[in-house]
Amino acid sequence: MSPSMSSDTILTVDNLTMRFGGLTAVDSLSFTATRGEITALIGPNGAGKTTVFNCITGFYKPTEGRIALAHGSAAAFDRLEDLTDSPEQFSRNGSDALFLLERMQDHDVSGKAHVARTFQNIRLFGGMTVLENLMVAQHLPLMKASGYSIFGLLGLPGYRKAENEAIDKARYWLEHINLVDRADEPAAGLPYGDQRRLEIARAMCSDPVLLCLDEPAAGLNARESHDLNDILTFIRREHGTSLLLIEHDMSVVMEISDHVVVLDYGKKISDGTPDYVRNDPKVIAAYLGVDDEEIDDVEAEVSK
Amino acid sequence: MSSPARQPFGLAALKDAAIAALITLGLFAPVMGLRTAQDNSGLTIVENWWPVLVAVAVVFFGRLILNAFFWSDNGFKVTDLIPRGEATAKVGETLAKLLAPVLIIVAIGLPLIPGLDRYYIDLGILVLTYVMLGWGLNIVVGLAGLLDLGYVAFYAVGAYSFALIATVVIPNYAPGLELWAFWICLPLAGLLAAFWGIILGFPVLRLRGDYLAIVTLAFGEIIRIVLLNWYEFTGGPNGINRIPDATFFGLEFKRNNGFADFFGLDYSSTQKFIFLYYLILVLAFLTNFATIRLRRLPIGRAWEAMREDEIACRSLGLSIVKTKLTAFALGAMFGGFAGSFFATKQGFISPESFSFIESANILAIVVLGGMGSQLGIAIAALVMVGGFEYFREFEQYRMLVFGLAMVLIMIWRPRGLISSRTATVFLKEKKTVSADMVAEGRG
Amino acid sequence: MEYFLQQLINGLTLGSIYGLIAIGYTMVYGIIGMINFAHGDIFMVGAFVSLIALLLITALGITAVPLALLLVLVIAMIITSLYGWTVERVAYRPLRGSFRLAPLISAIGMSIVLQNYIQIVQGARVKAIQPIVTGGIPLMESADGFVARIANIQIIIIVTTVVLMTVFSLIVAKTSLGRAQRACEQDLKMAALLGIDTNRVISLTFVMGAALAAVAGCMYLVYYGVLDFYIGFVAGVKAFTAAVLGGIGSLPGAMLGGILIGLIEAFWAGYFSSEYKDVAAFSILAIALIFLPTGILGRPEVEKV
Repeated sequence: MSPSMSSDTILTVDNLTMRFGGLTAVDSLSFTATRGEITALIGPNGAGKTTVFNCITGFYKPTEGRIALAHGSAAAFDRLEDLTDSPEQFSRNGSDALFLLERMQDHDVSGKAHVARTFQNIRLFGGMTVLENLMVAQHLPLMKASGYSIFGLLGLPGYRKAENEAIDKARYWLEHINLVDRADEPAAGLPYGDQRRLEIARAMCSDPVLLCLDEPAAGLNARESHDLNDILTFIRREHGTSLLLIEHDMSVVMEISDHVVVLDYGKKISDGTPDYVRNDPKVIAAYLGVDDEEIDDVEAEVSK
Repeated sequence: MSSPARQPFGLAALKDAAIAALITLGLFAPVMGLRTAQDNSGLTIVENWWPVLVAVAVVFFGRLILNAFFWSDNGFKVTDLIPRGEATAKVGETLAKLLAPVLIIVAIGLPLIPGLDRYYIDLGILVLTYVMLGWGLNIVVGLAGLLDLGYVAFYAVGAYSFALIATVVIPNYAPGLELWAFWICLPLAGLLAAFWGIILGFPVLRLRGDYLAIVTLAFGEIIRIVLLNWYEFTGGPNGINRIPDATFFGLEFKRNNGFADFFGLDYSSTQKFIFLYYLILVLAFLTNFATIRLRRLPIGRAWEAMREDEIACRSLGLSIVKTKLTAFALGAMFGGFAGSFFATKQGFISPESFSFIESANILAIVVLGGMGSQLGIAIAALVMVGGFEYFREFEQYRMLVFGLAMVLIMIWRPRGLISSRTATVFLKEKKTVSADMVAEGRG
Repeated sequence: MEYFLQQLINGLTLGSIYGLIAIGYTMVYGIIGMINFAHGDIFMVGAFVSLIALLLITALGITAVPLALLLVLVIAMIITSLYGWTVERVAYRPLRGSFRLAPLISAIGMSIVLQNYIQIVQGARVKAIQPIVTGGIPLMESADGFVARIANIQIIIIVTTVVLMTVFSLIVAKTSLGRAQRACEQDLKMAALLGIDTNRVISLTFVMGAALAAVAGCMYLVYYGVLDFYIGFVAGVKAFTAAVLGGIGSLPGAMLGGILIGLIEAFWAGYFSSEYKDVAAFSILAIALIFLPTGILGRPEVEKV
């Protein structure tokens, strides 16, 4: 039932199926992501990658399947079956916690389970400044600090302090994406590449344990794409955040990911290290669009 | 408008003017030229051709002149006659900023002008009521981007809550507190209105844009119709009478043993109105203060973020339900305060005061002022309410001009008078965001 | 049973009128995505033009009822179309491609203008005429003497509506104008790129909507015999409800929605209370939008993330 679990799994997806009317966008997909690693989800256009993301981040309710996320250590997965049988959305035990994401609403997936995401077509708050974008990402802790607006309305110092800390955190991320100088400009006025990086910084400001990036390199030139790689490896190295990314740009995928899952027509066709996947004839066939019978030929071709 | 006239007074210009005149004739001849009137035998038609002729002549020669003097350059439009564009917008906004302190000083000083006619104080009260309503609705429409066409419902809830508590509940259950009625009821009315904001907000959470507008309109009408027909509770079309006056914290405005005696002043009937004026001024400033503060708090940023992109908000842990409902509730609360004030000032309320046209007026003030801009809304209220109140004598034409002004201002400045947005937090320098980048929300 | 039948007939008649107005809303919303708030007032102008035309024709001595009605209908359609065209040209076209709220506010402004214009030029008092079409066909009689009947005027209204609906559906389905309209509804920008004169299509859509509203106005006049400058608001909101209920953008949907609203109102007024019949209609609107946001015949919408 449950796929093989490494010692430090953070996310398991079991038999995820999503149907829209008669169309099956995702068909009993199962895979795992390891803590502190970069897992890439690749596949041809229309393979169902973004649908998987939408299911994980709570924007879609999957037709079937289970999506479990652990905080703390993978030992949390020991309670997986108990939690599945209970009506609860999550269970906490000390510093460990286990979340069933498919049961949670989108804002709770971010607010409680700390899964952040970016979007294929960038979704910034265009009319707000760069800094404001990063402040909105820290809404929940700031809201608490403002005493649900009551202390804030009265102008109590506790909120001031929290706000300054939030600004410091925003500045930290702005420094890492080289946007400190443009902090007070509207986000919609930034060049495309900066918008992409800002969206990632905004997601990071919400303190995620798992960051889901939907085609972060789309539309970037080689230089920007390289900068992006640096940011992603920095995030993993310095913050220990696990990454799940959808990507078309193979240079990004092969260079930075630890683990690749390949989808085609909603089904998983390959799963392994970048090297393994690169040489998997099924993957090559899917990308080049060959019939199943010809796979053998292709395989022969590749091994030459 | 297409401008066929390359050479002034050419045949093309003449043809264009003739067509326009013909259309005008078609529009006005049957409806304006033939007036239906009642006589002994029933309805008959009275001919009335002069205004039609004038209208046709005005259009014909007007277009001819426009063709000759203004449209000779290709691509010139009627709307170009009014200044627009970034440069004029900047100048306008700088002027407007200088205007703010002037407006505040005038607002505070107005009743103190010696020998001022009471009419102006009344007018001031009316304008301030709309300023307050505009600022209240601005939270919902301008900040949260939720198009509400039924805002008057909360104004009505506030007014009726106050009226019913003050005329029924207090005399029966808490006699002795009559003098404090207004001060007890004001917060209650605000809370009740906020409660209704949540009740009406819940079902419309999923609705977007124009659908939301139309459902809020429907809710507004439902509340008005219920007020009109539930005789036992609301007095039906007769409304509620003898609503107690607001007191100066327990001191009545009367000849003996009232406010004047307490402070050793000579009694004057104007005192009550001056008091009412300052009361609504304080309430309006309270609304303004709260809105400005809230904008800089996480809740306010969440409203604006929701206006910009709801899906991105959800991905950052913001609950759309809570964000929308707080906007509805707070907007409604200020509407409720204004309603209480209206009830105590008039002393009499009936459903007639809470028709759809009031909602449209308030929304027009918010949109014309520039969504989200506190100052723009105050100016719009001053112009639309104060300006038009001035033409009371031409009652019928007043609303006609009001409607035309709404259309013209929208064509002139679709984003309102002051359309740029000021950032709520800054790292180095506080900048404004130009209107082109600010979303209006889909909700 | 007889009473039920009577309410059914009344509801169908009323629903036909709402349906005719609703088509104007649904076509305009379908193409440019705006609520033409002034459309209810266009209907009101249509009713007034019908009244004036009727008085004029009577004064000219034309007494044959079918001919008089036909003439009134044609005159009302022409003049009201001109109003619909002008409103679009003056108040909406300059705002095309502008911010979403601007056309809505402009439309509310236009609605205020039309109401007050009619009030000024025609007077604020209620206008009442003698019924021109009388008689009817008794259908059923109950034990206690209640006779369910269909009035001749009701037959005229329902038949006219059916005929016009068929004609307009054919226009939209078969003519090149209809094809252009459907193209604009799918994608206005793309249609313009393919050489469709979108301004013309939009103008003609307003003209068609106004013409149907004029028919509704004319029917309203001969059915009720009373009007004032304020009838447009409530009728407009209900017709919009009908358009939304049926699925906005769909012509058969608008008609279906109109009939449903008419029936709900007639039955509510007949069995519960006539004071709250508007509350019933508005509540249906709210409920419909909340639980059936795309209407009965509308296309479902999937949220794009």
